[in-house]
Amino acid sequence: MLLRTKLHGKTYEFPDIRLLMGKANEEKSGDRLAGVGAETAAERVAARLVLAEVPLSVLRETPAVPYDQDEVTRVIQDAVDESVYAEIKSMTVGDFREWLLADTTTPDMIRRTSDGLTAEMVAGVTKLMSNMDLMYAAKKIPVTAHCNNTIGAPGTLSSRLQPNHPTDSPEGIRAEIYEGLSYGSGDSVIGINPVDDSYGSVARLLDMTYDVIKTWNIPTQNCVLAHVTTQMKCMQSGSPVGLVFQSISGSQKGNESFGISVGMLDEAYELAKKHCFPKGPNFMYFETGQGSALSAEAHNGWDQLTLEARNYGLAKRWHPFQVNTVVGFIGPEYLYDARQIQRAGLEDHFMGKLTGIPMGVDACYTNHARADQNAIENLAVMLTAAGCNYFMGVPMGDDSMLSYQCTSFHDAPTLRQLFKLRPAAEFEKWMEDLGLIRNGVLTEKAGDPSFFLKR
Amino acid sequence: MDDAKLAAIVEAIVRELKASGAVQPSAPTAAPAAWTPSTPQTFSARPSSFGGSLTIDLPDPTAPEARLTPRVTNAKDSNGVRALMASTSARIGVGRAGPRYRTASLLLFQGDHAVTQDALYRDVDQRLLDEFNLFTVQTKVSNKQEYLLRPDLGRLLNDEAKRTLNEKCQKNVNVQIVVGGGLSAAAVEANLRQMFPVVRQGVQSAGLTFGTPFFVKYARVGVMNDIGEAIKPDVVILLIGERPGLGRAESMSAYMGYKPKYGDTDADRDVVCNIFENGGTNPLEAGAFVVQIAQKMRQHQASGVKLKMAK
Repeated sequence: MLLRTKLHGKTYEFPDIRLLMGKANEEKSGDRLAGVGAETAAERVAARLVLAEVPLSVLRETPAVPYDQDEVTRVIQDAVDESVYAEIKSMTVGDFREWLLADTTTPDMIRRTSDGLTAEMVAGVTKLMSNMDLMYAAKKIPVTAHCNNTIGAPGTLSSRLQPNHPTDSPEGIRAEIYEGLSYGSGDSVIGINPVDDSYGSVARLLDMTYDVIKTWNIPTQNCVLAHVTTQMKCMQSGSPVGLVFQSISGSQKGNESFGISVGMLDEAYELAKKHCFPKGPNFMYFETGQGSALSAEAHNGWDQLTLEARNYGLAKRWHPFQVNTVVGFIGPEYLYDARQIQRAGLEDHFMGKLTGIPMGVDACYTNHARADQNAIENLAVMLTAAGCNYFMGVPMGDDSMLSYQCTSFHDAPTLRQLFKLRPAAEFEKWMEDLGLIRNGVLTEKAGDPSFFLKR
Repeated sequence: MDDAKLAAIVEAIVRELKASGAVQPSAPTAAPAAWTPSTPQTFSARPSSFGGSLTIDLPDPTAPEARLTPRVTNAKDSNGVRALMASTSARIGVGRAGPRYRTASLLLFQGDHAVTQDALYRDVDQRLLDEFNLFTVQTKVSNKQEYLLRPDLGRLLNDEAKRTLNEKCQKNVNVQIVVGGGLSAAAVEANLRQMFPVVRQGVQSAGLTFGTPFFVKYARVGVMNDIGEAIKPDVVILLIGERPGLGRAESMSAYMGYKPKYGDTDADRDVVCNIFENGGTNPLEAGAFVVQIAQKMRQHQASGVKLKMAK
């Protein structure tokens, strides 16, 4: 294999697809940490010049972790629709980029092609896309899903109500839920990150959130984002579960560090179909994020973008209701500043949509990253333009349990009003019936948590 | 020596230190300045010219009672809003201006973020280090940016540091205390004056040797291994600033290890975290507590998971 180009008179040669893929990325601190990033800006572009000429078939044949060593690779490769793949395999990565962007390529054509792709192909084309390319192409690929309501429909923007509390206090969480609902957050899910992963505590929060949903007849679902095994126990014990959650990684070794396997998630999915109280048919919720495999030293020498693409290929197996990257949570060793977080957010959303999953984004940052709330508001605007399914709704974007900042209860209605979008249809109807929204705009009753104190 | 006896001794030390003025007892919470929530629903007529008479003199918006001021206008149940707000530290009951935040809430958030950022991007005050005769050595990290980007380098002392420790530090001591800025200079500044004397006095009262203390610039917790190898103490106590939460930059941790060596991980360490006054582990108590842990580590010749198993 010869991978070589000249650029401004200088010759650049790449030893293999792994390093070519790493060096073609936009600058990321995590790729530097992994030793796969470009040394110079020119080398970065040289890598892209070469990558643009690589046929998709070569990327299929070069998975980040070999087929016989990794069940994530096997899940993705075995799911490829061979007849679709046969149509596209000789296309180069550069031509694939143009095909995705072309006026003659329709959403249906892209959705069909999704089934012939592997994660390495998805990652490859992403490396050749500019930020606006990523927005434009993602916008062409709406992906909807249904649980108790519909997420991802064109013209809508949803919000996960994330009422976390430093001690899991049911009263405190309930107060935050009331605040969030009064702004129209919660149409994706009412989803709590618990401090305490024990069965008793998780079951208590499931009961409490279910009680709110039933009392107010809210067309949504609940979720307590404990380890999947705890949620499985809850389902088997009869707790009211809306969505079943798990963080996933792009390699088998990464998933092992989370204490999960494909077999375990298969089992969780079967339980979800049987026990979850909403209508479905989509019951699963996954979270991902660039750098997570690297931080567990489970990246097999590959770049964090490619590992991230593999998350989406894996998630597709269980027909999720929603998947989101937690894009700035991991810290500056992987995504250094606002620019890198924004780029990764746009990449992840596009890759999820191209893979064919209903993709949202937790646009966020930690306090030791070079970022601020303005940077996250910018990213949310860009992602809304790109057709992102949902964002997080956190009180003023300040999560009092996870010690990071993301999008807020206020951001969802602002983005909806900026882009003339609505909440999920069933949820909007519910808000209208209560008098919280009119013609897509919050009413004078909205933004008052005490609205929900008495039914 | 049993735990109760130890606790009594440590308590006595703290009392003694307070009496001698070596440490300041925690100041009683000052009576809050009167806080008048602004009520901008109506605009009073303003003077046509402020001239030289303009006086703006604001109370601190970060005072607890200011934070808990409900900002929902025309609430269905305003007492209810207060009760809901009291149930969580999350920023609820904040109301809105159109779909956006009210000005006071927006600026409070920005103030909290700002203090966090300032803590992260500055160094510990040299005067504080001088006060405790802490000389400074450095890890293989050469600047703040590299500190954030390369946690691996922050776990290794540079060659000069190893030489300096060899020259200046007493070896094979019972307890070696080390200070690092970590991710918050403010945390060290807020707690060191209270905690350091308690630990020193506690160690000496227990009849143990107290190593030559020093400061490590750009340190991560893992640097304890290099320090253990260089000085060979029984117990290393690393006081280090934690990653700041929004508006809380003063939280410090004390990481501890028994005879730290190359290859030790978090499983080999104990930690007392959330050290800060008013809401966290009080630094005086934390000082007493770490002396107790150091005693236990020496008694069982173990730390971390091994110490838990030994108990």
